[in-house]
Amino acid sequence: MDVLLALLAGLLTAAAVWLLLDRSLVRVLFGLALLGNAANLVIFSAGRLTAGAPPIVPVGAEAPLETVANALPQALILTAIVISFGLFAFALALVHRAHKDLGTADIDALHDAEPSPHADPHHSTPETGR
Amino acid sequence: MSPAMLLTLPIAVPLAAAIAAFFVGRAGGPQAARWVSVAGSAALLVVSLALMAEVWAVGPIAAQMGGWAAPFGITLVADVLGAVMVVITGLSGLAVALYAVADIDPARSRLGWHPLYMVLLAGVSGAFLTGDLFNLYVWFEVMLIASFCLLVLGGDREQLDGGLRYVFLNLVATVMFLSAVGLLYGLTGTLNMADLHVALKQVDSPALVTTIAILFVGAFGIKSAVFPLFFWLPASYHTPPVAVSAIFAALLTKVGVYALIRMFTLVFTQDVDYTHGLLLVIAGLTMVTGVLGAAAQTQMRKILSFHIISQIGYMVMGLALYTPLALLGAVFYLVHHIIVKANLFLVSGVAKRMTGSFELERIGGLYRAKPWLAVLFLIPALSLAGIPPLSGFWAKLVLVRASLEVESWLIAATALVVGLLTVFSMSKIWVEAFWKPHPDGDAAVTVTAPTRLETVMLVTPIVLLAAVTVIIGVVPQPFLDLAARSAAELMAPEAYVRTVLGAAP
Repeated sequence: MDVLLALLAGLLTAAAVWLLLDRSLVRVLFGLALLGNAANLVIFSAGRLTAGAPPIVPVGAEAPLETVANALPQALILTAIVISFGLFAFALALVHRAHKDLGTADIDALHDAEPSPHADPHHSTPETGR
Repeated sequence: MSPAMLLTLPIAVPLAAAIAAFFVGRAGGPQAARWVSVAGSAALLVVSLALMAEVWAVGPIAAQMGGWAAPFGITLVADVLGAVMVVITGLSGLAVALYAVADIDPARSRLGWHPLYMVLLAGVSGAFLTGDLFNLYVWFEVMLIASFCLLVLGGDREQLDGGLRYVFLNLVATVMFLSAVGLLYGLTGTLNMADLHVALKQVDSPALVTTIAILFVGAFGIKSAVFPLFFWLPASYHTPPVAVSAIFAALLTKVGVYALIRMFTLVFTQDVDYTHGLLLVIAGLTMVTGVLGAAAQTQMRKILSFHIISQIGYMVMGLALYTPLALLGAVFYLVHHIIVKANLFLVSGVAKRMTGSFELERIGGLYRAKPWLAVLFLIPALSLAGIPPLSGFWAKLVLVRASLEVESWLIAATALVVGLLTVFSMSKIWVEAFWKPHPDGDAAVTVTAPTRLETVMLVTPIVLLAAVTVIIGVVPQPFLDLAARSAAELMAPEAYVRTVLGAAP
């Protein structure tokens, strides 16, 4: 099971990197979502997979009586999921707004913050200038 | 006050101020909220000074949140480094809050600029005070989401474009950080930083530890904008209002540097030759690329953004050399840099207001119009370049001496040459913006701000920060003592570990 999860995390990361390298911002967003899930799986499998009972100590006992699942990685992942959900929602809204206001979701077509000489209408390129 | 009180107040005060700013903004109009953020950051400065005094008197202090003993609960802990960073957060936060009174327009105020600003400060303070790695991740996120909103608030085209780059690259860094945290937990079974210091000594797989360490270098490297991971910074820092640029320039990358210093003095000290050797190479390349990038720019805020990168290189260099003197230099440099960098951005904002642009070729004539502004620019600019007797001189002197002590000739030479190139960049701004006449005639240079109150609000923080720079420069000894004590604690973290873990081994 550990091997399977490790391979899955690797697969998700690979797919995420492929998507992140895309020019389309929507695909980059999907890449981020996949990358977050890969990280969550890494935490989950790093916390050791134990097929145990819920980690609840019975009344009167000092410690759980049988093997229980490790609750900490689950708590970490839960926190991470909530946070990454919020950040993903923000990024989605940002991409939507950028698409609406800047008229494109292609990262190569965005030149507002860092104008390149090729995108500047005042400079004519050698082909059109002649 | 009890340690728990002292440690929670620097986080609770800005959070409370954020809530207050929200409701005051609702009830008293958006412009009323700006005074809440001034009051909130002033209160943060006061409580952080109280924390600093306590740490200076009794050494590191720690508090277990919710009464769960370390390493099981979340620990808040402050040693000299943490306390100093919180004080400097309060100081730069106050300066920028004052500037924002005049700089942030009513439209942005209405959208909630001031509550977000306070949340940002809370996130930064939290990151400096936590003793738990996963909690550090959470504070990073608090800081990030507030910075995302501040960066794109107002929605100019430039801001959206810069915001996209900033958001995506920082989110990747976040996920890297999270994976590294997960793997480290899998290896040691703990996430308390002091406990990690103890636990990693018992782990017998140096290759795995080093791999995880490098994952942390990647994650914090993106956050602190080191070579070759800095591209998001010059793409975004020049787009938002000046107050936002200034607080980002002062604090955000420095949280990354702080995290690097913390991790690579407390947790990852198993294979110093490899990890710190790598950091030294990164530091040198960061310095050089940053300063060369700045030389190619002709826009004031872009020049200053590239200089952030080059200065980050100096701090990482102090960490990478890993001697008491070098760490002293790194801590001193952090403090000096935050003050100077915030100030330079604030000055650039005033210069833009008076001349109408950040583009150097379109402005000029500031020296003749406002000689006092020229002086206020020269103080942080010369300090950044390391001219005596300003704060930057001592910072660079200590670092260069530290590198000569361990006979790292190459990094010492790099640091000196980069300092020289910094003078070149600063004199470029000086010549273009201040010395040469304005291209549209000197009459094109207008007043600082339309009203008297706004002028005072714009200039007060600049004078305040310049005064601190001069004070550090003229009487460096108390600050060097502070940095020396911090460096001693970082080199021998036993006291820190004992404070966090209590009587347990």
